[in-house]
Amino acid sequence: MNLLTMANQLETYLIIGAVLFGIGLYGMVRRSNFIGMLISAELMLAGASLNFMAFNRFAAPEPVTGQVFTLFIMAIAAAETAIVLSIIIAVYRNFKTIETEDLTDMKG
Amino acid sequence: MTPSLATAQGLSGLLFLVFVLATVAGGLIAAGTRQVIRAVAGLGLSLIGVAGLYYYLGSPFVAMMQVLIYVGAVCVTIVFAVMLADTDEKNVRVKTSALQGALALIASAGLIWALSALALRTPWKDMTSPGAKGGVNEIGVALLTRYDLSFELISVVLLAAIVGSLALARAGRSKS
Repeated sequence: MNLLTMANQLETYLIIGAVLFGIGLYGMVRRSNFIGMLISAELMLAGASLNFMAFNRFAAPEPVTGQVFTLFIMAIAAAETAIVLSIIIAVYRNFKTIETEDLTDMKG
Repeated sequence: MTPSLATAQGLSGLLFLVFVLATVAGGLIAAGTRQVIRAVAGLGLSLIGVAGLYYYLGSPFVAMMQVLIYVGAVCVTIVFAVMLADTDEKNVRVKTSALQGALALIASAGLIWALSALALRTPWKDMTSPGAKGGVNEIGVALLTRYDLSFELISVVLLAAIVGSLALARAGRSKS
């Protein structure tokens, strides 16, 4: 496996997508505030989109489907970010913190 | 066969490696650092790297959209939220931190290993048809014919997200 011709192999992109998804999972578990978790979610979405684009290029009979799917993922991610950030701002206004550990009003 | 570094093929392979490095390093920064603003910068770096990979996958349009939407809109919006809220990560979970870190590392490393092994061991079948093109023309036609309903639904979702985020961020603010 040659380093300089890796750009033409499906497996390269799949592994990079898996690495991005794993990093996102790690951040999702480790981060202790909401913005960090949102960033990790974006990383996971990027890994999933990369898989779609790789299969679109190397395995799909029609090279449009994966691109359209990736564009839809981008639109959903943008909507998600807008909603999450306004929720974060509302939470910050009420609790003066965005640490996940501190929001324990409904804890029994 | 190995292309030498002096040829165009070798240089493009080198650039590909740079994009891969940017993607992985940006992701590691985004997940590992304690300060949120650095995490946003790492996310931006990682997404620029992913845009470069999209270019190598033969779709410059999606690469451009990636830079515009993710780096240009999502990251900037997150920076706004970082400025509006107090985002210092305090060391509130010192007791469970080491165990949780080890478990998270094991889980994510296991997931990466499993997915990579799956990708490497499966004999992927190449079903691409040689004549088919995936340029901007084809994407536009597909968006307005076969994926028409999804396209319109996405715009409704975006409208609902805009209205919802405005209503959420507006509630509780005084009318001065």
